[in-house]
Amino acid sequence: MTANPQLNARGELTHLLDIEGLPASILWQILDTARSFVSIGEREVKKVPLLRGKSVFNLFFEASTRTRTTFEIAAKRLSADVINLNISTSSQNKGERVLDTVANLAAMNADLFVVRHAQSGAAHLIAKHVSPDIHVINAGDGRHEHPTQGLLDVFTIRHYKNEFSNLRVAIVGDVLHSRVARSQIHALARLGCPEIRAIGPRTLLPRDIGALGVHVYHDMAAGLKDVDVITMLRLQNERMQGPLLPSPQEFFKNYGLTPEKLAFARPDAIVLHPGPINRGVEIDSSVADGSQSVILPQVTFGIAIRMAVMSMVASS
Amino acid sequence: MKIHIRGGRVIDPASGLDAVQDLYIAEGRIAGLGKRPEGFRPEHEIDASNLVICPGLIDLAVRLREPGYEHIATLESEMNAAVAGGVTSLACLPDTDPPLDEPGLVEMLKHRARNLNQARVYPLGALTQGLRGERLTEMAELTEAGCIAFTQADAPLVDTAVLMSALQYASTFDYRVWLRPQEHFLGRGGVAHDGQVATRLGLAGIPVSAETIAIATILHLMRDTDARVHFCRISSAAGLAMLREARAQGLKVTCDLSIHHLHLSEMDIGYYDSNCHLVPPLRSQRDRDALRAGLSDGTIDALCSDHTPVDEDAKQLPFAESDAGATGLELLLPLTLKWGEESAIPLAAALARITCEPARILGIQAGRLSVGGDADLCVFDPDSYWRIDAQSLRSMGKNTPFFKWELRGQVHYTLVEGQVVYALGR
Repeated sequence: MTANPQLNARGELTHLLDIEGLPASILWQILDTARSFVSIGEREVKKVPLLRGKSVFNLFFEASTRTRTTFEIAAKRLSADVINLNISTSSQNKGERVLDTVANLAAMNADLFVVRHAQSGAAHLIAKHVSPDIHVINAGDGRHEHPTQGLLDVFTIRHYKNEFSNLRVAIVGDVLHSRVARSQIHALARLGCPEIRAIGPRTLLPRDIGALGVHVYHDMAAGLKDVDVITMLRLQNERMQGPLLPSPQEFFKNYGLTPEKLAFARPDAIVLHPGPINRGVEIDSSVADGSQSVILPQVTFGIAIRMAVMSMVASS
Repeated sequence: MKIHIRGGRVIDPASGLDAVQDLYIAEGRIAGLGKRPEGFRPEHEIDASNLVICPGLIDLAVRLREPGYEHIATLESEMNAAVAGGVTSLACLPDTDPPLDEPGLVEMLKHRARNLNQARVYPLGALTQGLRGERLTEMAELTEAGCIAFTQADAPLVDTAVLMSALQYASTFDYRVWLRPQEHFLGRGGVAHDGQVATRLGLAGIPVSAETIAIATILHLMRDTDARVHFCRISSAAGLAMLREARAQGLKVTCDLSIHHLHLSEMDIGYYDSNCHLVPPLRSQRDRDALRAGLSDGTIDALCSDHTPVDEDAKQLPFAESDAGATGLELLLPLTLKWGEESAIPLAAALARITCEPARILGIQAGRLSVGGDADLCVFDPDSYWRIDAQSLRSMGKNTPFFKWELRGQVHYTLVEGQVVYALGR
């Protein structure tokens, strides 16, 4: 295997493609940098000049509003020029290859590509083919990783729980198709979280998920017992092939997070969700809107995380 | 042309010959081994000092890409690649466009291949019309046109009733059927072994059970039909164990393994190296180790290159969207030697897997050195290293997971029917 393509010769973060393989020191650096950026969003003038004169291209080969918007806000708060490209409806439909699209945009003197793509590994492919002065941030590739989401999850967990070394974290639902789950698992493991659980039916858990250091549960009562953090995942119906579930109703019955099931966790447990949430499918409204939910703070922290990552790769 | 090949180490795995001696060729045949035939006056001499002379290699799985995919590779380019790799006979798969399902197409291919005057081509005919898995092809006509066996290549044959009929019909006339075992539904959409790496990389997996279920189905149908089946490109330890048992029970089973699955595992996908997007997928290290052992103990009869030239552009895509396959004709010999060396297999035994054993599976008179036999030879340097890169490969397909590897075993000469069809540096 070749050297980690995310790090330059000095070991600095030059792309953010996945959490797996990143040293803990880099993760801590991102979290600490993000912490310093949180307050910028609370100021009257929400801008710093770190990326002034730089061009950030949001390359979304797959539809997204939420993630694209937070990247856009983050780039603008760093004073970058932002160009949003919803490619799923333009050049790809005309048959252009990903790398040709990227080459054209690179020729427009792009500095940073934020890439979302329906295929796992797309961000790696692009990073491999751009010139060394262009940086790539993976904004979600297939079912592989969504590293900034994983980072904002751990940022949120750190914000509420202070440290990772004494936490039990449960990730519930469609882990098979979830890029968020993989990123969060890698981030938590690397930051020292001693117990990560994956809860779901066998059809929605990857066969070798245990190899990532995760304990597997199929029962919510056992899986949620005494956990400090619960991450609920959305059912990725658009990625499902074949009959993996009888119905959303049955999924909710078994795995939907209701107040009764939440009661298995520690009383001070927090509930995360990467969004968009499906009320009544994976989470009950009373939990989503309840006092233990940190779903909206996650979104706020997400901007700080994306600012941190952009500023770090651009300065590498 | 009379040729005298001097001073080489002559290895013939079929007869056990392994000795430094001279070899004499006249009128396309081996005229003498060690002993100069009476009155032999060579017109051409080849100095084979420090080189190995063995039967020309036989490759059981080659895609020549013609007709239909000439932008990827041509008959000429791939035949050149074959002889550059020491391959003198090859079985080509029928998954062209159109597929090889009509005698005229087969005759045309054989005719064109013959005119190129390079390696011998043994077409595998389509088992079903259009490889659609519905209606049987005219196997007798195709056999007459030159097909040596029938296969679906990688096309699915979902309907087990059609498979049963195909085996029944083929066994009536003792036609051989070659099948790559993969249960269609379990393999659908998958691009990698359903294991740790696919889980980590978020790639859709193909479970081992896709192979074992297909093997079980075929073995059951073989028992009912008395068919002879060659299992192509086995990829798993569990599949291999089933074939070992079937053979012990007396079923007419043979099988082969690709050079990729002999040396690589799912771990080699690394950061989405699309050169490792292969069919069947690279499996676990444990599977790879079992396959290596299976090749050593003879459960796996032969090694093949599974040569699949792929358009460069089709590899420069996200892993799952990239075309599967890799070039291999020119790597068959060095990767066989590497396995032999690593597994402490004598050179002759290693060479048997790419000479006499595949000849036996093909049912052709080749893959051995005998006085009076065709002079199809490979003369190679077992010790010199060469680097695999775009320049060193003659195939139009430049994609291989072995890119940048330094491998031992470079072909110096290839002879087909006594003609030098390849000479290093020429």
